[in-house]
Amino acid sequence: MDRASHPLLELTRARLMEFIREPEAIFWVFVFPVLLALGLGIAFRSRPAQPLRIAVQQGSGAAVLAEALDRTPELTARLLAPETARNDLRTGKLALVVIPGDSVTYIYDPTRNDSRLARRLVDDAVQRAAGRADPLAVGERHLTEPGSRYIDFLIPGLLGLNLMGSGMWGIGFNIVQARRKRLLKRLLATPMRRSHYLLSFILSRFVFMILEVAALVGFGWLVFDVRVHGSIADLLIVAIVGALAFAGLGLLAASRAQTIEGVSGIMNLVMLPMWIFSGVFFSYANFPDALQPFIQALPLTPLNDALRAVMIDGAPLTGNLARLAVIGGWGIVSFATALRIFRWQ
Amino acid sequence: MDVEIALRCQGLKKRYGDVVAVDGLDLEVHVGECFGLLGPNGAGKTTTVEILEGLLEADAGDVEILGGRWGKDDRVLRQRLGVQLQETQLAEKLTVEETLGLFRSFFDRGRSVDEVLQLVQLQEKRKAWVSRLSGGQQQRLAVACALVSHPDLLFLDEPTTGLDPQSRRQLWDLVLDFKASGRTVLLTTHYMEEAQRLCDRVAIVDHGKIIALGTPAELIASLGAEHVVEFALEHGDSAPDEWLRQVPGVRDVRRERDGIFLTVGEVHRSVPALLAALKDRGLALSRLTTHHATLEDVFVALTGRHLRDG
Ligand SMILES: Nc1ncnc2c1ncn2[C@@H]1O[C@H](COP(=O)(O)OP(=O)(O)O)[C@@H](O)[C@H]1O
Ligand SMILES: [Mg+2]
Repeated sequence: MDRASHPLLELTRARLMEFIREPEAIFWVFVFPVLLALGLGIAFRSRPAQPLRIAVQQGSGAAVLAEALDRTPELTARLLAPETARNDLRTGKLALVVIPGDSVTYIYDPTRNDSRLARRLVDDAVQRAAGRADPLAVGERHLTEPGSRYIDFLIPGLLGLNLMGSGMWGIGFNIVQARRKRLLKRLLATPMRRSHYLLSFILSRFVFMILEVAALVGFGWLVFDVRVHGSIADLLIVAIVGALAFAGLGLLAASRAQTIEGVSGIMNLVMLPMWIFSGVFFSYANFPDALQPFIQALPLTPLNDALRAVMIDGAPLTGNLARLAVIGGWGIVSFATALRIFRWQ
Repeated sequence: MDVEIALRCQGLKKRYGDVVAVDGLDLEVHVGECFGLLGPNGAGKTTTVEILEGLLEADAGDVEILGGRWGKDDRVLRQRLGVQLQETQLAEKLTVEETLGLFRSFFDRGRSVDEVLQLVQLQEKRKAWVSRLSGGQQQRLAVACALVSHPDLLFLDEPTTGLDPQSRRQLWDLVLDFKASGRTVLLTTHYMEEAQRLCDRVAIVDHGKIIALGTPAELIASLGAEHVVEFALEHGDSAPDEWLRQVPGVRDVRRERDGIFLTVGEVHRSVPALLAALKDRGLALSRLTTHHATLEDVFVALTGRHLRDG
C-alpha cells in the first residue's frame, strides 16, 4: 500500500519510453541530421585548388611557350589549333588562349573570374620567361585549418535546426495526440498535477537534447574533425536555453489544436521561415538589409549565432548574453501564453 | 430506510448548441450499490457521467459527490474516484505494467501493480505494449487503471461496448467483485443484460432525462406482466389488435416489422388460448417464442423504440 514512485518521474519515464520505441522519431531526431551533415559535408568539402586550363594557339614558338606555361603549378597548358582553342574558350573548357609571337596576345572573357586569374598567372610566367626580375622577395604562409570550412559552419547550424525541430515536434505532436485520443482527459480524471504533466515534457526534452548534441557534435568531430573551441558546458547551456525556447513554442502550437493536421500546419508555418532565414545552411548576410531586423528577431537566428560563437570562435558565455536573452525571451513569452490558453479538455 | 449517499445530483443540464444532451437530471447513488444508467446511444449518459466526474461543466444543476463538491474538494475527490472513460486510448507504446505504474504514481494510496494485474488477469501481458492487446484486454486495462487507487467510487462508461461475450463476462465478474468489497459503482450501458446482471438499481435515460428508476425487478414488474410472447403469421397475415387483447392474460400488444409481441402474465394460460383463437380463424403460425420480460421491453414500452436503435 506504499506510495509508488514520484509521478513526475513516472511521467518523464513514460515520455522517454514512448520516444525510444518510435523508430521514426529516432530517425528524424538522430539519424537525419547526421545524414544531412554527411551529405553536405562531402558535397562542400574543401578541395585542393585545381590548376587552370589554358591553351596556346599553334604558331611559331608556340610549343616552347606551352611547355614553359605548363611548368607553372597553377596552370595546365596545351597546344591547340585556333578554331578548337576558340571553341573551347567559348564553352568554358578553357580559361584563356595565348597567341604567341613577338607581342603575345591573350584572348579571354574579363567577366570570368577564372579567366582574369589565368591572365595574371600567364602574364607573370611569360614576363619571367622573357627575363623580368622581381625587385622584392616575398614569402607565403598557407591557411586551411578546421574552423574555417563549410562543415564547421554547418554543424552548429544543424544543431540549432535539430533543437528547433525536435523541441517543437516532440512536444506539439505528443500533446495533440494525447488530446485527440482523450488520454489527456483520462489523466485529468486522476489527481495528477497539470504542472507535472507539462514538466515531464521539458525534462524528457533535456535528456534527448543532450543526446542530440552529443550525436551531432560527436559525428562532426569524428568524421570531419569539427572541434568545439569553446567549453562543452557553455555549449550545453546555449543548447538548454534553445531547447527550452522551442519547447515553449511547441507547447504554444499545441495549446489549442485538436488534430494532428492542425498542429502540423502551425508548426511548419512557424519553422519554415527559420529553415530559410536563420542561417542554418548559409549565412543570413546573403539576405537584404531590410530583412535583417526580422531575421534577428527569429529565435533560431541568435541560437545558431550563439552555437557558432561557442563552437567556432570559442566565445565565452558572457559574449552570448544578448543572444541568450532573445532566445530566452521567446521561451518565456511562449510558455506564459501557452499556459494561459491551453485546452485541457 | 437509512442509506448513505455516495453521489447526488439535481437539475443537471448541459447543451451543445441546439442539442440538449442532459435535460434536468436528478440522481442519487447509494454507498455500496451498483447503479446503472441504461439508455440508447446519444441519450446523454456520457455527458452526465463526465459532469459527475468533474471533467465537464454543467450549464445548470448541482453535484455532491462523496460529501464533497467539484471546484472545492477536487484534490481529495480525485484521490477517491476511479474513472474509466468511453473511448480513451491509452499510450500505445507503453507496456501494461508501465501504464499501470504511471497511473498508480498519481495516487497517495492504492494497490500494487501486481495486485491489479491479477485482478484483471493480465499477468501474462504485463510486458506487452498496449497496442498489441486485444480489444477486451485493452478494456480490462482501462478498468485496471481505474482500480489501481482502490477507489471508493468507480465510474464505468460503457465498459463492455464492442467486446466479445467472453471478455464481457470477465468484466462483469470484475465489477461484481468490486461491489462485493462494499464500494460503489456507477456504470452506463446500452445493453439491458448488463444492467440486469450487474445493477442493484437502474435509471433508464432517454433524451437527457430519467424516464424510469428502480431495481431491475421493479422496472420489469411495472410492465404489469412478466413474459413476452412473440409470434408471426404465415403469408404475412395479420391479426387485429382487438381480438388479440381479448386473449386471456394479454396486457399489451405491440407490432413490429418482424412480428407481434404480447405482454402476458402467464404463458401457460395465454399461449394455448392464442393457439386456439388462431386456429378458429384459420391462421397459421410461422414463428412462436416466449421470453421473460427484460429491461429492453421496459424501454420499448416507455418509448416505442429499442435501446440499440439509438
Ligand atoms: N462535445 C460535444 N459536442 C456536441 N455535441 C455533443 C458533444 N458531446 C455529446 N454531444 C451530443 O450530446 C448528446 C448526448 O451524447 P452522450 O452524452 O455522448 O450520449 P451517450 O453517452 O448516452 O451515448 C448526443 O446527441 C451527442 O451528439
Ligand atoms: Mg456514451
